[in-house]
Amino acid sequence: MASSCWGLPELLCEFPSLPNKTLRHMRMGIDDGFRGIVRAYSDQIDAATRPLQWFLNMLEHAFVDTPWFIIFALILVVVWFASRSVKIVIGSAIGLALIGVFGLWEDTMTTLAMVTVATMIAIILGLPIGILMARSDRMQKILTPVLDVMQTMPSFVYLIPVVVIFGIGKVPGVIAVVIYAIPPMIRLTNLGIRLVDKEVIEAADAFGANPRQKLWGVQLPLSLPTIMAGVNQTIMMALAMVVVASMVGVGGLGKNVLQAINNQFFTIGFLNGFALVAIAIIFDRASQAFGKRLQKHSEAGHD
Amino acid sequence: MTDATTNAGTEQRSGIEIRNLYKIFGANPSAYVEKVQAGMGKEELNDKHNHVLGLQDINLDLPPGKISVIMGLSGSGKSTLIRHINGLIMPTSGEILYNGRDVVKMNTEELREFRRHETAMVFQKFALLPHRTVLENTCYGLDIQGVPRSKSEPIAKKWIDRVGLAGYEDYYPNQLSGGMQQRVGLARALANDADILLMDEAFSALDPLIRMDMQKVLLDLQAELQKTIVFITHDLDEALRLGDKIAILRDGALNQVGSGQEIVLRPANEYIAEFVREVNRGRVIRAETIAMPLPEGELPKMKVKASSVLEKIARRMADAEVRMATVVDKANKPIGVVDMPTILTAMVTPASVEEGDDAVEEESAA
Repeated sequence: MASSCWGLPELLCEFPSLPNKTLRHMRMGIDDGFRGIVRAYSDQIDAATRPLQWFLNMLEHAFVDTPWFIIFALILVVVWFASRSVKIVIGSAIGLALIGVFGLWEDTMTTLAMVTVATMIAIILGLPIGILMARSDRMQKILTPVLDVMQTMPSFVYLIPVVVIFGIGKVPGVIAVVIYAIPPMIRLTNLGIRLVDKEVIEAADAFGANPRQKLWGVQLPLSLPTIMAGVNQTIMMALAMVVVASMVGVGGLGKNVLQAINNQFFTIGFLNGFALVAIAIIFDRASQAFGKRLQKHSEAGHD
Repeated sequence: MTDATTNAGTEQRSGIEIRNLYKIFGANPSAYVEKVQAGMGKEELNDKHNHVLGLQDINLDLPPGKISVIMGLSGSGKSTLIRHINGLIMPTSGEILYNGRDVVKMNTEELREFRRHETAMVFQKFALLPHRTVLENTCYGLDIQGVPRSKSEPIAKKWIDRVGLAGYEDYYPNQLSGGMQQRVGLARALANDADILLMDEAFSALDPLIRMDMQKVLLDLQAELQKTIVFITHDLDEALRLGDKIAILRDGALNQVGSGQEIVLRPANEYIAEFVREVNRGRVIRAETIAMPLPEGELPKMKVKASSVLEKIARRMADAEVRMATVVDKANKPIGVVDMPTILTAMVTPASVEEGDDAVEEESAA
């Protein structure tokens, strides 16, 4: 064994590791224990995820079953109110039209429902966590490594426990997407609040603002551009994750891509990929324009 | 409008009394207060114990209805001191008394109420809320107090008018120049209807001409409002122009407290003397200070007020081509006379304060 090690003793040659037997026992112990816990609480877990399941199904049905032209118009109206830009609306219309022409409308609607739910959950959870993190340095110290793990851990890895706990289907898919997409929301909320001008905070204090008045009246409005960047990033990451989520049974464009990979369907792969890109660009431009419009007051700068 | 503010208006008004105030920055400041009180210096505290002495043994009365200026260079502790008055910074030891209450002993809720109703603050970099219009910014203090907009907006409009920003109500701070932004800052503070107005280098970020403008705005408002103003500045000219009372702070300790005239005429130490050297004395020294006893016989025809500064008197006398004038008090009663040579002597920095004979010669040649 030590042949390639300049004749050194084994201890210095191979990194001393735990014996294989111990490792195997450890793995089995953890896996079995984990499965045991999940089995014991499966009813509660089902009950807890039922509202989510219901909401997901409802939204998906709403998107898929509504006649295409209504959804088409609705998306354009939303984009218009968010961006107030004719250019972005026309771009969106072209993108959506191409998706429909290539026969991907229904799959796109499924994906859209899924991304919408995941983004909403990420914002609803991420915003308060980000606020908490901004208020306490200890919270920041605890959460930063957790967020690092969430962002760098290969998403396939945490799909395993998610599947063990929730099984196969839409709910585990959404949960996996949320885990992947929530870090930028938390990070940028935290950053935005921490970057608010100290003097303005001091002014709020000097006028006797309580913590709630400071949060809603000063910190959140002033960190809104950064928070909006977080929302934007969260949407982008959720879209990127839908392909991976299709591995646990989420339908839509991701599933098509997965099938294309398995069967080497070059054209189908790219068409579905481009459909995702089109949605991503529509969301991105609309949400960025919305964020900019919220900052109207800083546009007419005077320097 | 709490009871406290109404009381302050009608009854004997309270000034702010700062007593035995110490502020030490560091990991365990209270451990070092006694040592500092016993005479440990700033350097020793910093080098050996790694704590910074921010303020030491400050005793200062800030009279009601007057402008008190705290002057010092950067690092002197002046901004730290003003933040003690509304509890933005808490002292390591000492008291800040207002209306018989110690700001230091207030709990969070009391302090919040105190800040809402009895103090208002103007900041060096304006600290306006960028997402609010001028009107909304001016309403801010009242919003915090929970006053509905239907009541606060007319008040805010009134103060926007008073600081000369009528017509700009719907602008955002970013659309205004520095001077205009600070007018908003002033309006925001005044709308609070607080007795105490804290101004932290409020005009330091403005161009000289605009600064003069704002000083005039403040003096005009104060003539009518009679608030208890604490004004921080690093500029002696500004201190002399605004201050009824001036306190000079250096390295966290008070070096001299007095009226502008006292400080210019009798600087307490070399450090202050150096400051005072560059001051235009003609704008500080008043007629009563140099008036000579009333002479026998006829008094000069020209009358000057006892409180007029020499520069003004000299200009009037030069225009009228007279050499002497009678100094009269508020009741128009003669109290003395001044003549041109005395005025000129008083206006010129005395040689003893001047750096050397050369400087004096240059000035007389010019």
